[in-house]
Amino acid sequence: MSLSRRDFLKTSGALVVSFSATSLAGPLAFMQGPFDTHPSHIDPRKLDSWIAVSADGSVTAYTGKCDFGQGMFTVQTQLVAEELCVPISKVKLIQCDTSMAPDQGTTSGSQSTPTNFNSDNLAQAAATAREALISMAAVQLQEPANQLTVSDGIITAKSGRHVTYAALIGNKQFNLPLNKTAKRRAPTQWTVLGKPVPALDRAALMTGQFEFVHNIRVPGMLHGRVVRPPEIGATLAGVDESSVQHVPGFVKVVVRNNFVGVVAEKQFHAAQAARQLKVKWNHAPDIPEQKTFFDSLRKQPSQDSLLVNSKDVEQQLAQAGTVIKATYSYPYQMHGSVGASCAVADIKPDKATVWSATQSVYPTRSIVAKLLPLPLESVRVIYVRGSACYGLNGADTVSLDAALLSQAVGKPVRVQLSRQDEMAWENYGAACVIEQRAAIGDKQTITAWDCETWSASKGGRPGYDRPGNVISGLLAGNDPEEVQPRAAAEPQTELRNRNNAAPSYIAGCVNGKCNGGGTIRSERVLTHTFASPFFTGPLRSPLRIQFTFAHECFMDELCASVKADPVAFRLQHLSDERIIGAVKAAAQAAKWESRPSPKASASQTGTAIGRGIACVAYEGNNGYAAAVAEVSVDLASGLVTPKSFTVAIDCGPISNPDGLRNQTEGGILQGMSRALLEEVKWDNKRVTSTDWETYHSLYLDLALPAVNTVLINRPDVPATGAGETAITIAPAAIGNAIFDATGIRLREVPFTAQRVRAALLSANTRTNP
Amino acid sequence: MSKISLNVNGQSHTLELDAETPLLFALSDELGLRGPKFGCGMAQCGACTVLLRGQVVRSCVMPVSAVGHDEITTLEGLGTQEKPHPIQQSFIDEGAAQCGFCLSGVILTAKAVLDKKPDASDEEIGEALGGVLCRCFTHLRMRRAIRKYADARKA
Repeated sequence: MSLSRRDFLKTSGALVVSFSATSLAGPLAFMQGPFDTHPSHIDPRKLDSWIAVSADGSVTAYTGKCDFGQGMFTVQTQLVAEELCVPISKVKLIQCDTSMAPDQGTTSGSQSTPTNFNSDNLAQAAATAREALISMAAVQLQEPANQLTVSDGIITAKSGRHVTYAALIGNKQFNLPLNKTAKRRAPTQWTVLGKPVPALDRAALMTGQFEFVHNIRVPGMLHGRVVRPPEIGATLAGVDESSVQHVPGFVKVVVRNNFVGVVAEKQFHAAQAARQLKVKWNHAPDIPEQKTFFDSLRKQPSQDSLLVNSKDVEQQLAQAGTVIKATYSYPYQMHGSVGASCAVADIKPDKATVWSATQSVYPTRSIVAKLLPLPLESVRVIYVRGSACYGLNGADTVSLDAALLSQAVGKPVRVQLSRQDEMAWENYGAACVIEQRAAIGDKQTITAWDCETWSASKGGRPGYDRPGNVISGLLAGNDPEEVQPRAAAEPQTELRNRNNAAPSYIAGCVNGKCNGGGTIRSERVLTHTFASPFFTGPLRSPLRIQFTFAHECFMDELCASVKADPVAFRLQHLSDERIIGAVKAAAQAAKWESRPSPKASASQTGTAIGRGIACVAYEGNNGYAAAVAEVSVDLASGLVTPKSFTVAIDCGPISNPDGLRNQTEGGILQGMSRALLEEVKWDNKRVTSTDWETYHSLYLDLALPAVNTVLINRPDVPATGAGETAITIAPAAIGNAIFDATGIRLREVPFTAQRVRAALLSANTRTNP
Repeated sequence: MSKISLNVNGQSHTLELDAETPLLFALSDELGLRGPKFGCGMAQCGACTVLLRGQVVRSCVMPVSAVGHDEITTLEGLGTQEKPHPIQQSFIDEGAAQCGFCLSGVILTAKAVLDKKPDASDEEIGEALGGVLCRCFTHLRMRRAIRKYADARKA
């Protein structure tokens, strides 16, 4: 744990170069975060920053992309083993430690694979290392490099003479830059990558041996708890420290601005002190009511952006024989990690260490340094896995809590958030409203599509310089990033569909360049971002799941309006070969029966069965998927039970088919939970969804649908992300299947039994008044 | 503070603790065990699950004083990485995890129900797992791992 990079290499320190982590957080950091590779004291342009060969021939690789359970540890180990032609057992991967690994920003945004598995960063380093070793062997063996073969870390000439990696470079540095022309091993040659290598952490996980951040114990460590305000926006009026003096092992009450925490020797007593501490808070103004939230949000000042605007949409809509309009809404949802977040910090005046489950070790280092404050160089953040986060959960904020408390007591402090701390104050997935309008032309095709979105935003990832973007930083006196209202300018550059605000079916033409996935040329996409009463942040498929729900359900409405088959009508309006490929693959595997929705024989009583399809080009070009859902709807209760999902996914060359299946299955079921159950609730003062009885998740007891995953392997294109693709289409596929079964169009997530029942009742009243 | 004796994974320990301390804190803080974890502190998720006399217990809400001298088994008490328990082996074979934080609840709950009723149906196993959360939604693989273990156990 404390082994430094330099100790490991046992060489003198040529690694330190003079970069500082500059502020790289973009505007509105609620976007996925800074995930590029940045200069730091570890220079990413140097091979030694990524790869080292030991005297025993084993390979150590350093990466800034970490594993939270999505399989990134195993698959990066495979990558290094593949490129260096060594078995997996000879690769040791060091992930996300600011004293050893390069700064790769945040592990997020389905960017780890594009970043490290194409032609840059870790992939380029591993390829550079292999080529460098072959060149060295060529000199030593006096044979041409192209006559040498490599296997198991041994380079062999045709004559049979050979030399090992260990002999060539063991314990020495390469002293080479990354070679941009270093050749990756072709997918056709792969022996380790592309194979279903079992996740390397399995045995440790299943036997309770795996070390989570919750298990970190440091000598002399104390326990901390935080005391959050009782209302959103409440400010501190006073703390009565004497109210907890009686608690055994009580150490200190720590106050900084509106931040309040307690420290005790034992965890139980820290929790007791946090409960018993008498704190006075000043009331804050009420927050907007939940009941009318979606209506009121559209009236707020907003930061607007036009992604595409052909300027003829109104004209097309006015001329069209049929115009279809619909408004969709999507609630705030939680990361809801199964473990409340935890971190350990040991803050000394000259040296600080934080053990954190953050997705962003370097940004967290920068934020901790800023908050305390301490010189950046004296702070080390070590990633240790937490309960999986699915985005910006409480891991960052609890790291700041631990740092503040440890600094105040001068000893290492472990902070465990309570379930309420976690759920009431996390950075939720944004609530959104989406208004859709489309024109149907004479030939029963879509001739114009207009989409306007509203999404809530406050704070987000702290990045390198915004501690106030999460609750602890705000309470300690830092401002969050706020929405800056401004009107939209006409689109200047090409369409970048990063948030999937644009539906797949538009041509996406800006200044003559068409980046959309479809054929509709009369098009406008206008987005509004408005101030949220709650913190928001990236939650698996941020904004993309919300917008895709609206696009794919609305497409289904358009299909129904012309009585077209939902697959055929989609294909008719798509031009992107990879979305088309995914739609065809899913439809074929699901034995899709071509007919319009809803089913003609939709029954009025008992159970109705239906199927629906949805598809996405994730972020426009970062992964492709289509899913067919089959659901049953109990017409009396409104309970929706998904029976099966058939998902086709295309992420380019597949690094690990087993890992990809695991992500796809989990993504679909998580999407199902979010579609059917999940919604943050609040009153006029605070969030009231603060545990698993007030925030509903799919438990392990429900009748589970079958998930059939079709993997589309494309070795000839760059690798894309894969962890957020399937989840993105689950709500729309389910919503469309409900429509097929019942004729009921649900335009608001979640599709709770109560909501479905109410919709069924009101439809019955309409047809049988 | 009280003297508390705990019999955990075949070893007995005597600890100096507040009698109201949740068993979870004794296991993780005093004994350094990694299997049971803090999920919610309210017995709603199962991450802290241990077996007490073979029965499923949520250690986050059970005070140490209520445990007595009965045998406590944690996830690491079932088997080791080198020699996993057959149900752990089944989870390994099926790759039935993503982050793995929930596994104490999933594996120990499934084991307890099958110990009691070896021919338990999927519905009965599902009912037993009704209070266990996996937020990575690795449900399908878990269900498969449990079914394979149950079938092999009967055979």
